[in-house]
Amino acid sequence: MTAAISARDLRKRYGDVHAVDGVSFEVRAGEFFGLLGPNGAGKTTTLEMVEGLRRPDEGRALLLGEPSWPRNPGLLRRVGVQLQASAFFEKLTAREQIRTFASLYGVADERADAMLAEVGLAEKAGTREDRLSGGQAQRLSIACALVHDPELVFLDEPTTGLDPQARRNLWDLLRGINAAGRTVVLTTHYMDEAEVLCDRVAVMDAGRILRVGPPAELAAELEADSLEDVFLQLTGREYRE
Amino acid sequence: MKPFASLSKAMALGLLRDRASVFFILVFPLMFLALFGALFKDAGVSRATVVQVGAVEVLDEMPPKQRAALDDVLEIDRSGNRAEALEKVRDGDADAAVWEEPGGRVQMRVSAADPVQAGNVGGVLRSIVDRASIAATGQPPAYTLTGGQVEDESLEAIQYFTPGLLGWAVAMGGVFSAALGLVNWRKKRILRRLWLAPVRAGPVICARLGVNMLLAFAQTAIFLLVATVPYYGLRLTGDWWLVIPLVACGSLAFVSVGFAIGAWAKTEDAANGLAQIVVLPMAFLSGSFFPLDAAPPWVRSISEALPLKHLVQAMQDVLTRGGSWSDALPAMGIMLLTAAVFTALAHRLFRWDAT
Repeated sequence: MTAAISARDLRKRYGDVHAVDGVSFEVRAGEFFGLLGPNGAGKTTTLEMVEGLRRPDEGRALLLGEPSWPRNPGLLRRVGVQLQASAFFEKLTAREQIRTFASLYGVADERADAMLAEVGLAEKAGTREDRLSGGQAQRLSIACALVHDPELVFLDEPTTGLDPQARRNLWDLLRGINAAGRTVVLTTHYMDEAEVLCDRVAVMDAGRILRVGPPAELAAELEADSLEDVFLQLTGREYRE
Repeated sequence: MKPFASLSKAMALGLLRDRASVFFILVFPLMFLALFGALFKDAGVSRATVVQVGAVEVLDEMPPKQRAALDDVLEIDRSGNRAEALEKVRDGDADAAVWEEPGGRVQMRVSAADPVQAGNVGGVLRSIVDRASIAATGQPPAYTLTGGQVEDESLEAIQYFTPGLLGWAVAMGGVFSAALGLVNWRKKRILRRLWLAPVRAGPVICARLGVNMLLAFAQTAIFLLVATVPYYGLRLTGDWWLVIPLVACGSLAFVSVGFAIGAWAKTEDAANGLAQIVVLPMAFLSGSFFPLDAAPPWVRSISEALPLKHLVQAMQDVLTRGGSWSDALPAMGIMLLTAAVFTALAHRLFRWDAT
């Protein structure tokens, strides 16, 4: 079975800064995979190269067996990307947003409306994007990423800024997405979230991957109590911008 | 729905639901038309004011038809008091005072303040007195003068302002909405999101263009409707409908300019500022607000280089001066060339990401 993601020796330099300095990892089909790291660790650039938003200086990424760069519309149909909750068309209602995104993939309005109901926003269908709560906006942006029923989904900090209820609620949604057979790649700053949701996590810092493995194994290996301790042991305690 | 249709709908709704942009693009230029049209409605030499003291036979007994023609050039006020009437002339409130003395002697006093107007009044009154004298002899006049009107090549205010302000409105709508729309989509990461969707650039660009063209047609329709109400009195000439392809080409050109600005600008403020710097001076130098006939040659040569000038000129020709394809085609060519140049520039400057 082809790996959902196969990244080989990805590198990206901005001037003298090695934002990503030789990253390789694999995500198996159906896996819930977490990419963790402090700010500036190179997570975003790594994901952008994997998704096909940026061209790697070196190395290459295969999604579902196909290279993500150059842009490949056939591949894009099979992949869903949630960019932080602000990627909405201005002044449109939740229903209009998801129908617009659906049309880009040739998906019918009915399916878009059903997706909206699936994330629990049926009652908010007529609400404009700027009047949705943080949790509702996150759920809408996840729905927009899932509307074309992708095999592989990227979620970028989906629970940032949410209250505990909304986070738990979203976790259930994400588990459901994964249980439906989709491969999910998640970035997050919440270690408890990664611990609960992810089958395996990769911890990154300074443009490299430090460890990859199931959260429990990493904790056992480093004799830490939790993924949070693993994270701090690996990436240090000093404050970062 | 197809991506083109759904993106057009998304853009149109986003635009129409934003009251500020509706005002800015549709209402604001219309306000200028309403205002300028009203302000300069009666521009030209105004009627002369004459104060008539007491009864003056040659004026009072004029046939109604002649009297109506006279009212086009003279406004005749009545006064019972000669001293008061002369005072009005002295103060410049009236151009002349007339009264009749026994024996059919009509007396006139004019103001020295405005010799041209005084000469007009004198000429008109003299001809009235002469005609009455000839009529009094009972003889047919030895000579007669028959007059008629020719179509004036110069433009009345509304004939001038309608195409001028419409050109400005089309340019402003195109540049601003394309520039701000692009920056906004980049900032909100919609460009990234589109990059990651299986949609080509064509439908996205065409959607923006289509929405803008519809907007420009709406502007054109509203402008023509307002300008042709009797109060403003715009008279459209023969092939006025050529304004439609002209507006379409103009919209294409100015949306491209907007794309280039939006591709370059990192923030909405920068895009707004640059668009302002481009559109407003261009409108002034293209004769959108006032004629450039009296402008120095160097101003006119700058003006020749501006696409808006050619659009305004061609719209003026087809809307109000009986122009046809031969006036419209060169301007359309210039618009399409402008579009090509700025689209290429936008393509070079384009970034889908702010970083």
